[in-house]
Amino acid sequence: MNFIEWGALGQVLVAGLIVGAGIPALFALGLRLLAGTTPVDAPAAPSSAPRGSDANEAPTARAVAIPRPSPARLAGAIACMGVVVGAIAFGLVFLVSGGH
Amino acid sequence: MGAVTETLLLALVVVTALAFDFTNGFHDTGNAMATSIATRALKPRTAVALSAVLNLVGAFLSLAVAATIAKGIVDAGVITLPVVLAGLVGGIVWNLITWLFGIPSSSSHALVGGMVGAVLAAVGTSGVLWEGVIAKVLVPALIAPVVAIAVAGLGTWLVARLTRGVPQDVTNRGFRWGQIGSASLVSLAHGTNDAQKSMGIILLALIAGGAVPADSGVPFWVIVSCALAMAIGTYLGGWRVIRTLGKGLVEIDTRQGMAAETSSAAVILLSSHFGFSLSTTHVATGSVLGSGVGMPGAKVRWSVAGRMFVAWMVTLPAAGLVGALCHWLESSIGGAAGTIAVFLLLIVASAAIWVASRRKPVDHTNVNEAWDEEKGASLEAVAATTGEAGGERVGPVPAVATASSVAPAVGAVGTVSAPSNPKVGA
Repeated sequence: MNFIEWGALGQVLVAGLIVGAGIPALFALGLRLLAGTTPVDAPAAPSSAPRGSDANEAPTARAVAIPRPSPARLAGAIACMGVVVGAIAFGLVFLVSGGH
Repeated sequence: MGAVTETLLLALVVVTALAFDFTNGFHDTGNAMATSIATRALKPRTAVALSAVLNLVGAFLSLAVAATIAKGIVDAGVITLPVVLAGLVGGIVWNLITWLFGIPSSSSHALVGGMVGAVLAAVGTSGVLWEGVIAKVLVPALIAPVVAIAVAGLGTWLVARLTRGVPQDVTNRGFRWGQIGSASLVSLAHGTNDAQKSMGIILLALIAGGAVPADSGVPFWVIVSCALAMAIGTYLGGWRVIRTLGKGLVEIDTRQGMAAETSSAAVILLSSHFGFSLSTTHVATGSVLGSGVGMPGAKVRWSVAGRMFVAWMVTLPAAGLVGALCHWLESSIGGAAGTIAVFLLLIVASAAIWVASRRKPVDHTNVNEAWDEEKGASLEAVAATTGEAGGERVGPVPAVATASSVAPAVGAVGTVSAPSNPKVGA
């Protein structure tokens, strides 16, 4: 008997790498496009901004102000986050449909 | 007399199955919520409450119950109610022992182990399909962490690269939500998968006891009671396991937590989609390890991980031993007395383990204490440790602090994700 189903294992591994690593990467990319980057020698600004605002809104009122992203960056960020949300929705549909 | 014995046995099997369901929720809370608790994305109580609600909802989401226990692992023809009872006791006792030592181990494997042991005691080696044991239990236990480490490691590395130079408080806040979302998906998946197992056991017991017809669906009270047992177990929270997963393996930040939970959710859902079932616990543990492997500067406590791998390998024989002993006791006393004896044994063993756990209690107040030191180590020690481990750990803050209020403390430590590489920041 074949103790390891190599085919299924390979599928899980490849799809897992694409989805499981791709989603966090897209999320990070979206955040990066929204927030921009600061010069590396400037440490992260101490912030007393109230918590609870969503990741999707550009944080502007800040000790070190982050400029509002350009339309292109905003569109890119929305696309990234859209894919992330879509993947979560797909996962939910998969669960509800009893595919597990 | 025979009818009374049968009814008693049926009732005890149902109660024990619900107890197993409870320990399953209790033991597996950490799979979904340990990282969110460790990074303080959620307060400990909030996290377990969220996980409990999602497990409850998940149990109702899908009712594609596979009314088979340990399918392909033991001969279906030899599964009788006494065997099921002994197997359940084996699973519960092993779940409680691993909880006592704070080891995340697979509840399903514990159940399978208990069943295998009970079958061995009942009919001998002929009742066990050994190829199934190797292919469906032992090999996946080796593979699951490897796959999860690879996925979470790559995800964490990509996230670390992409968030270089992004202000810390932005990533903390963003990934906090990402982490909560992905952890919620893991909780939901756990509810849909694992509550079904107990429902399947109870349904089988009811059919075997003649309480419902053989082609019956799952009675509504079974669904409700299984969902509730798992949700209550989840809410009580296996804090010892949560602590090991969240603090013991890797010191994680919200980015690692989000990458780890997304990896867990993706691997769990994909593995069931492709018919290559992996244990939720093994995947979640591997993902946490991977988030340490992939993060530059983070260190993984491989000694803790090594103890877990040993426990995973021991799960089947250990739960099997308990299951076999229970079945032996049950059949040598015989009848209703034997059944009651096994049930009493379960209660005594559970009580003993609980008493042992009270000597060093772990609950929502101390779940996030520094790992290395003995209990009671000062919080200042955490600052030293996290600083050394390289930057963006969530620092020593009061339990009520939230992720964004952590930023100043962490900023003072300095960021590792922004090494001297000016062109990234441009």
